[in-house]
Amino acid sequence: MYLYSITLQKPTGIVCAINGNFSGGKVQEIVVARGKVLDLLRPDDSGKIQTLLSVDVFGAIRSLAQFRLTGSHKDYIVVGSDSGRIVILEYNKEKNVFDKVHQETFGKSGCRRIVPGQYLAIDPKGRAVMIGACEKQKLVYVLNRDTAARLTISSPLEAHKSHTITYSICGVDCGFDNPIFAAIEMDYSEADQDSTGQAAAEAQKHLTFYELDLGLNHVSRKWSEPVDNGANMLVTVPGGGDGPSGVLVCAENFVIYKNQGHPDVRALIPRRLDLPAERGVLIVSAATHKQKSMFFFLLQTEYGDIFKVTLEYGNEGVSELKIKYFDTIPVTSSLCVLKSGFLFAASEFGNHALYQFQAIGDDPDVESSSARMMELETDEGFQPVFFQPRRLKNLLRVDQVQSLMPVMDMKVFNLFEEETPQIFTLCGQGSRSSLRILRPGLGITEMATSPLPGVPNAVWTVKKNVNDEFDAYIVVSFASVTLVLSIGETVEEVSDSGFLDTTPSLAVSLIGDDSLMQVHPSGIRHIREDGRINEWRTPGKRTIVKVGYNRLQVVIALSGGELIYFEVDTTGQLMEVEKHEMPGDVACLDIAPVPEGRQRSRFLAVGSYDNTIRILSLDPDDCMQVLSLQSVFSPPESLLFLEIQASTGGEDGADHPASLFLNAGLQNGVLFRTVVDMVTGQLSDSRSRFLGLRAPKLFSIMVRGRRAMLCLSSRPWLGYIYQGHFLLTPLTCGTLEFAASFSSDQCAEGVVAVAAEALKVFTIERLGETFNETAIPLRYTPRKFVFQPKRKLVVTIESDQRALTAEEREAAQKECFGAGLDENGNIEMENGDEDEDNQLSDEQYGYPKAEKEKWVSCIRVLDPRTEETTCCLELQDNEAAFSICTVNFHDKEYGTLLAVGTAKSLQFFPKRSFEAAYIHIYRFVDGGKLELLHKTQVDGVPLALSQFQGRLLAGIGPVLRLYDLGKKRLLRKCENKLFPNTIITIHTYRDRIYVGDIQESFHYCKYRRDENQLYIFADDVYPRWLTASHHVDFDTVAGADKFGNVYFVRLPQDVSDEVEEDPTGGKIKWEQGKLNGAPNKMEEIVQFHVGDVVSSLQKASLIPGGGECIIYGTVMGSLGAFLPFTSRDDVDFFSHLEMHLRQENPPLCGRDHMAYRSAYFPVKDVIDGDLCEQFPTLPMDMQRKIADELDRTPAEILKKLEEIRNKII
Amino acid sequence: MQASDRFNINSQLEHLQAKYVGTGHADLNRFEWAVNIQRDSYASYVGHYPMLAYFAVAENESIGRERYNFMQKMLLPCGLPPEREDD
Repeated sequence: MYLYSITLQKPTGIVCAINGNFSGGKVQEIVVARGKVLDLLRPDDSGKIQTLLSVDVFGAIRSLAQFRLTGSHKDYIVVGSDSGRIVILEYNKEKNVFDKVHQETFGKSGCRRIVPGQYLAIDPKGRAVMIGACEKQKLVYVLNRDTAARLTISSPLEAHKSHTITYSICGVDCGFDNPIFAAIEMDYSEADQDSTGQAAAEAQKHLTFYELDLGLNHVSRKWSEPVDNGANMLVTVPGGGDGPSGVLVCAENFVIYKNQGHPDVRALIPRRLDLPAERGVLIVSAATHKQKSMFFFLLQTEYGDIFKVTLEYGNEGVSELKIKYFDTIPVTSSLCVLKSGFLFAASEFGNHALYQFQAIGDDPDVESSSARMMELETDEGFQPVFFQPRRLKNLLRVDQVQSLMPVMDMKVFNLFEEETPQIFTLCGQGSRSSLRILRPGLGITEMATSPLPGVPNAVWTVKKNVNDEFDAYIVVSFASVTLVLSIGETVEEVSDSGFLDTTPSLAVSLIGDDSLMQVHPSGIRHIREDGRINEWRTPGKRTIVKVGYNRLQVVIALSGGELIYFEVDTTGQLMEVEKHEMPGDVACLDIAPVPEGRQRSRFLAVGSYDNTIRILSLDPDDCMQVLSLQSVFSPPESLLFLEIQASTGGEDGADHPASLFLNAGLQNGVLFRTVVDMVTGQLSDSRSRFLGLRAPKLFSIMVRGRRAMLCLSSRPWLGYIYQGHFLLTPLTCGTLEFAASFSSDQCAEGVVAVAAEALKVFTIERLGETFNETAIPLRYTPRKFVFQPKRKLVVTIESDQRALTAEEREAAQKECFGAGLDENGNIEMENGDEDEDNQLSDEQYGYPKAEKEKWVSCIRVLDPRTEETTCCLELQDNEAAFSICTVNFHDKEYGTLLAVGTAKSLQFFPKRSFEAAYIHIYRFVDGGKLELLHKTQVDGVPLALSQFQGRLLAGIGPVLRLYDLGKKRLLRKCENKLFPNTIITIHTYRDRIYVGDIQESFHYCKYRRDENQLYIFADDVYPRWLTASHHVDFDTVAGADKFGNVYFVRLPQDVSDEVEEDPTGGKIKWEQGKLNGAPNKMEEIVQFHVGDVVSSLQKASLIPGGGECIIYGTVMGSLGAFLPFTSRDDVDFFSHLEMHLRQENPPLCGRDHMAYRSAYFPVKDVIDGDLCEQFPTLPMDMQRKIADELDRTPAEILKKLEEIRNKII
Repeated sequence: MQASDRFNINSQLEHLQAKYVGTGHADLNRFEWAVNIQRDSYASYVGHYPMLAYFAVAENESIGRERYNFMQKMLLPCGLPPEREDD
């Protein structure tokens, strides 16, 4: 089996983010690392985050830093990854790519203990960069400019210290003196030797300054001083002329200002009132804001509270450090303060956000702490400062970026009975959890919907003049009348437009420079700018049936099959040029738009009912000559020429020559696309795709200033170019009948469409996205979910450790609000009149943390259609749910029951322990409620449940047990205790049971009913730490491990047959065993490193009639698919393409592609589609070179890539 | 000839041990081996962000706290070293 791996949704979580002027202008951009993807984001004028560029780097990005050479206006990006190399990137605005400026190798690849890449620090003047590892190694590279002003990088200078752990590094701002880097370090060598524990107790973290002597080209340890043992992060303090220099050391509970030869200035971090006493407060992310006159720091704690830190300093150094509560936003991995007054918050889990500063927290508040306050209270230990989180005061959220991180569970199912199945994902953590329903396609934003008098047939928009920016009229045609709406402040009906309103219309458009045309069944009405009207009437009783037009040319088809061709002459008159008799009635017509600077377009496409499409010439020399003919499977319903402009990169991402495509919507619902030779009109290279049950109608609309195609079948699709790929994506809205592009003051680039009796105006958002989501909030971290297909319900289990129950939270909140109002009552009065306003949203502020023995959990029944929770059972007494399944016990009256496995007071450290564990059995009652039947205590945590032959199979610790339903409890029927660690997944098929162990991969079991015995007959040879599994076929299962690998194991055919044929079912052999395991071993048939912890796997087909593939969801919030190849030719083609791309297009961050995909086990029989899809982003000559090697043309390769993608989604 | 070979191998080994932390030697005891494995594991957890996130979800802590905890554990990953037998 060969698989094609492709990422459907790129990772949405963010590892780290930096901001700077990467394109070199005034605009600030944000570069974010999403694990294996590097993105460039930019907030646009309206404060919406746009993705400019997204590159798969095939490596794990661990750190990012930006620097700027003195006097330059452009920032470079330094990337620390798992490649054992330091990479410096520059954003190329013209081509819209990251250019690799430097790549220096310093060590082995992989995330290792002593290979640098984990930490990056930059000299604030951009003269040097330090790259560090967790232990021992630190390297300094000197950055400079050569005579041609190009960036140069030196060979590395070592700043190693063995037996030393590094916690953080940063640059120290010391103006133009020798660059200094600061590091928090701890020497462990003595602690490792001393068995009394004294050395370990005395082990001390140190703050060490490393000086790079630019003259001697040497790095030396300049200064080292003990620092608080809770220190975890360093922040550069501006120096030179801008500040006092030195560093802020963030430690647990403290922020300390330190500098060489300067006494420590330390202040306590204020604590939340409800924080348990034994918990510390840790700073997890920081941002610096620096202006000419002032600077401040924003530090965020692990609970989400942001503090503003300011320093008071003079000639004799820093005298005061103030920490003041600023605002609370969800915990971030990185904060970026933009010069334009925005704060980009890259959330650890859940959606990222862009905030606008409303204030900078200057007004005096009690919730602050400072160094002076601490001095006063040193006698009796530090008296903590308390505060209460409040609503946002200084920040205002302006935009959100969706993030699925982490995907906890995922299932593909067509619950809503739509054309394509929906992907249900459990996302998020704690209070930010949600069930998200993903549908392939782009989301739309509806601007307006207005009812119409009757059922419209068609709609158009027209401008009054070519140079107008906005449309003037919306024209709607009904069965016998035409309605004209004028667009202004409001949209209203007008009668002075000159359009004939007593007839239906076939086409309405701007013609010439400034006149309007209305084509109706009995003629053409030409309305000149000054109001004169010319009518052309059809000869005899014939009517116009179809019309094709552009700004200067019109072709009409009369009933019977006669074509008449008109052109706009120099005086603006519409003149008949030519007639042509077609063999039969014309089904559809289209003329390509007039090319820039030309008089006319050369091609007319005519579709006929005899299943043909003809290209006719419109040139005066050979007017109405048939240039080419294409036969299709079904009569064409609609035609559209779509020109793809030549591009040399830029915003649209890739090099490609101009090309013209003819698109045809056929009556059988297929969209047929073919390339038209721009000189001869010959058709070649056709491709087709099924869009829906109705014949697609094609319309040209504008998307981001380019022509794109809207196809209206049983659902609408949009065809557009995005980063070099032609994408055909469904829109998630109902069926539309007819559409036109729409542009007005309020909506620059929209679509107006008619559907049933309504007129809709909408815009298309977030191009390039694969999925459109609907989110339903949940209460706690969701663990697993199941469907109840009969009642169309979703049942989720949600559990959280270290959290308070709902009642405790409510009580605590009440208590706090009493206090909160007393302290700053004024503020509360001003902003919040109602009590409800005072309730802080848990989504923003998180749940208060409790002791680690505390658990909260609930079982929720949801109706996803109404997004309504029909039942939510909170478990009591620290009981938490971990597994769930629906089960139909045989010959029992209850029908479908729900089994939930729970544990009470579960602890992971130092050893897994629990007070009790249960399996609950619930019954569904009317209205989507649950009713507890009974609760059975079991002797281990039930982490896996499954139905099996009318009974319940449970994985209870290392025991697989079969239960039957009793009146008061579950009844043990059979068990097998021979599993190595803990069973976490169970799948069943016929009499086979596929069991996944947490640490030892898969075990195949068999149940013998006659002997009532469960036994293991085969297992895997590798110790895999399983995180997800899915049953593929009788002998095969797919699994994913903790280290980011996906693999398939299969029982060899002969062994499988033997087991099946053996009358004892391999039992005799089973008793023998092999290598302390089962007698038979599975073979690994597929192996691939995804680079991300896969949390769920499922076999599904995302499109109707498409092949089944394995879909996976990951912790970083990405979704991907593995598609099995159906032909050997395709395997050959793609493996060669992959091979060439590996050679010609090595990954951006320096990791070898093959090594990355084989990070833990050698990659086996999987072709990396993400790499193959980088083909269109290569320069044209490279594309040609690779295509030549494969004996194909670049266009054919693109077509192949498109085809295989279309098989999946 | 033989002597110089042995010298070479030894010196090479010493070089490796100095350069790559965790390179074993003949007298490595169980504790040293375990400490080394644990430190490597923690460094790997900290280096692989998805893995950190995975732990963070399980423990309901922030990723930043989880990273800090792992780094702190690198000091004494296996508890105190056993008493040395004097030889």
